Amino acid sequence: MLSDKDRIFTNLYGAHDWHLAGARARGAWDNTRAILDRGPDGIIDEMKKSGLRGRGGAGFPTGLKWSFMPKEVKDRPHYLIVNADESEPGTCKDRDILRHDPHLFIEGCLVAGFAMRANAGYIYVRGEFYNEAQNLITAVREAYDAGLLGKNACGSGWDFDLYVHRGAGAYICGEETALLESLEGKKGMPRLKPPFPAGAGLYGCPSTVNNVESIAVAPTILRRGAAWFAGIGRPNNTGTKLFCISGHVNKPCNVEEEMGIPLRELIDRHAGGVRGGWDNLLAVIPGGASVPLLPKSICDTVLMDFDSLRDQKSGLGTAAVIVMDKSTDLVKAIARLSYFYKHESCGQCTPCREGTGWMWRVMERMVTGNARIEEIDALEEVTRQVEGHTICALGDAAAWPIQGLIRHFRPEMERRIRARTEKLAAE
Amino acid sequence: MAMITADPKDVPNVEHFAFTPDYLAKAKALMANYPPGRQASAVIGVLDLAQRQQGWLPRVAMDEVAKLLDMAPIRVYEIATFYTMFQLKPRGKYLLQVCTTTPCWLRGSEAVMKACQHAADGETFSVQEVECLGGCVNAPVVQINDDFYEDLDEASINKVLDAFRRGETPKPGPQIDRQTSAPVGGATTLRSE
Repeated sequence: MLSDKDRIFTNLYGAHDWHLAGARARGAWDNTRAILDRGPDGIIDEMKKSGLRGRGGAGFPTGLKWSFMPKEVKDRPHYLIVNADESEPGTCKDRDILRHDPHLFIEGCLVAGFAMRANAGYIYVRGEFYNEAQNLITAVREAYDAGLLGKNACGSGWDFDLYVHRGAGAYICGEETALLESLEGKKGMPRLKPPFPAGAGLYGCPSTVNNVESIAVAPTILRRGAAWFAGIGRPNNTGTKLFCISGHVNKPCNVEEEMGIPLRELIDRHAGGVRGGWDNLLAVIPGGASVPLLPKSICDTVLMDFDSLRDQKSGLGTAAVIVMDKSTDLVKAIARLSYFYKHESCGQCTPCREGTGWMWRVMERMVTGNARIEEIDALEEVTRQVEGHTICALGDAAAWPIQGLIRHFRPEMERRIRARTEKLAAE
Repeated sequence: MAMITADPKDVPNVEHFAFTPDYLAKAKALMANYPPGRQASAVIGVLDLAQRQQGWLPRVAMDEVAKLLDMAPIRVYEIATFYTMFQLKPRGKYLLQVCTTTPCWLRGSEAVMKACQHAADGETFSVQEVECLGGCVNAPVVQINDDFYEDLDEASINKVLDAFRRGETPKPGPQIDRQTSAPVGGATTLRSE
């Protein structure tokens, strides 16, 4: 188990003062100037060595992502964009950073912005997080007043302005190019890539979009050293991670743990165990709604990191662990997610716009068994037609939960269909 | 896909909308966050201000926002019908946004939804089903205007609604004994401080 001295988010639950004085007492903004003095390349090198992989879901190496920005600023300004549009069902970790440790995060924005040679950063906060955005805005103001942001930030000679931008309710804006569109004042419809944001992002300028947690851990990594961070977790899956444990556990919670912690240990140690005991477990969605679920047999031993979960045909995603015990109507639980994706599809690509609605309608029939056995195959086939055939990953995200259900719980789907057919025949 | 619409019969005719000096100052401050010529970036924020002033978004308010930001009105209508937080018809004093996505559903959002629907009279309370609010370890969650009410069940949401009826503002956050997102009974970590 991770020890408290290795935890980055020491005010995760808001037990202490989140304002500047409290944050400083916990170590934030401690000699930030010295970090900046290493220069952009020094910072990016250290981030690469730490092995940090993006915490927003895809797990792309953060240092490498920063290095894609042009090495010098030419005719177009560079922008740091932070994705605080946290909306993946099951996920509520960035919310705690925004409301309880905003300074740690703001310091990360300065460091990241400086490393990518940006003089401005925008933080896109989901509209529903009104109070969280207010805390963040207050903290940004405190940082300006203390000379930590703005002209000659932290006395580094670098100017850095940071702005908080609120959204207004659209899951799709968590997709990085949809977020950029939204930030430009348009509907959040993803852009075709390439060009990638590092080439042409916000207002057509070089931009990099990072998740809140990826940015917030950066200053601590740079202060304590890449070797410290890389020494936690497993190779290629390093560091600490915020986990959100929801659903049928005795004590749902957020917690910072070591990457690669066994799923069972995570649930038993921090969330008070599965309701009714471990043997009452039916399935777990290990990384937010988009990743395929895992049946208990895999949950018994699986480790919580990118590679272990990928090997089980699932994913770490946002590390939002949704636990379902044996009382769960699993088909209905997944059907509800299908409705979510139907609701949140932006409507731009036909396979997603039409496919999410079709998949949801069939899933609703699967709940009651009002289908033919062959339709399970048809449903599976349609998920493959949607997956990979859309501009952004929302189509994939809508397909994967259904694929996971069919892969692991097809007998239950067939049982419902047979039960209904038999019941109708008997009447 | 979700298209935000309102039945015309539910939309009263509003002839005129102008920002109050206070809201206009807030709008100008938002516009200053973006580079010159990029004021359209402020459209979500300025629409939100118009909605806060009026209580909902009549078309004349969208037109006023378009004028202020130098946008074609249709571009503003597009925004107002794309993002789910915009209200295109009047609503009750308190908007109950009930999350029913899987993590909340697993912990009993159906009963919470029923209680909210029962309370919705269109004047004090309006109710709306919403997708994941991002408070999943405190499920079920209901957002009431700007605040999250968490760890709800039928009894506790009714208590919250009764308090609003009495003109009080009940304390947001968990409605059971716990600190924010920490486990019930106390954190398993961060105890050394």
